[in-house]
Amino acid sequence: MNTLDMINNMTIAKAKEARKSKDGDNYADVPDFRPGDSITVAVRVVEGEKERIQNFTGVVIARRGSDINATFRVRKISNGVGVERIFPVHSPNIQSITVERSGRVRRAKLYYLRGMSEKKVRQKLHQS
Amino acid sequence: MGALLGKKLGMTSIFSENGEYVPCTVIEAGPCPVVMLRTQETDGYEAVQLGYGLIEDRKVNNPMKGQFAKAGIKPTRYLKEFRNLKADAGSTLTVEQFQVGDKLKISGTGKGRGFQGVVKRHHFSGVGMATHGQSDRERAPGSIGGSSYPSRVFPGMRMAGRMGGKRISVRNIEVLQIMPEQNLLLVKGSIPGAPNSIIEIVKL
Repeated sequence: MNTLDMINNMTIAKAKEARKSKDGDNYADVPDFRPGDSITVAVRVVEGEKERIQNFTGVVIARRGSDINATFRVRKISNGVGVERIFPVHSPNIQSITVERSGRVRRAKLYYLRGMSEKKVRQKLHQS
Repeated sequence: MGALLGKKLGMTSIFSENGEYVPCTVIEAGPCPVVMLRTQETDGYEAVQLGYGLIEDRKVNNPMKGQFAKAGIKPTRYLKEFRNLKADAGSTLTVEQFQVGDKLKISGTGKGRGFQGVVKRHHFSGVGMATHGQSDRERAPGSIGGSSYPSRVFPGMRMAGRMGGKRISVRNIEVLQIMPEQNLLLVKGSIPGAPNSIIEIVKL
């Protein structure tokens, strides 16, 4: 195994350890999720001294990268404004990822959802 | 003050203590035996000569063999002198002389870019517009000087030509992580050169 792979694996393992030591019994592995799925990401937010958990619920519209460089993009409509956040898949700042509902899509990158209303998005992802 | 020779292995990312995603370069640094000490009396200047990268005995010529035998160390492929460095002859320098958070100066040979035009090489902005009948001026250098006076092009005029492949130094590179067992050094951000190129590391 080459040295860069070794460091990547080490970093991922270390991030996992960091999450395990913080969450204890609540620890959960990163689940399988795909573009089109509705997920909730529990993010650790540090405010001054205190740390709390903030949930971000939305539709996964893209995944990219591999190993340590893997990220995913979640889009939601907040107060009528579209909000997108990009998270590293292996970030120690993510407490958990839960798949709320899986969607059926034919594309890997769902950037076309950006122009749609919430209702349209729902119809698009969950048509039978 | 500390110095090492090393090899750039490539770039990746790590997570910092507070979970930030930080780009980093992985360097195989040292171990570097001290091959020779230059002194004021014998050489007219003070310096420490470091070696890096073991090679087979048969690849070393006789004069060099003598030098390595004198120092009592195995032959190395690369040799480099560092001034303002204190070390004992026969000792070996490793990454352990650095600490996380140290600032480094890293020098190496940058990637060769070949023959490049002025837009890439000197950050010219090109001459013309894409439309209004202009066909081939978008990346042109423009005027390079006057006409009958001075009837020549001034020396140093920036033009197209060979770019890159020269020595580049970058200062204030931060040490993110040290792995003494594998002789590895992780530094923040990018450093000069292609993967597997030889670099000099100096602690600021």
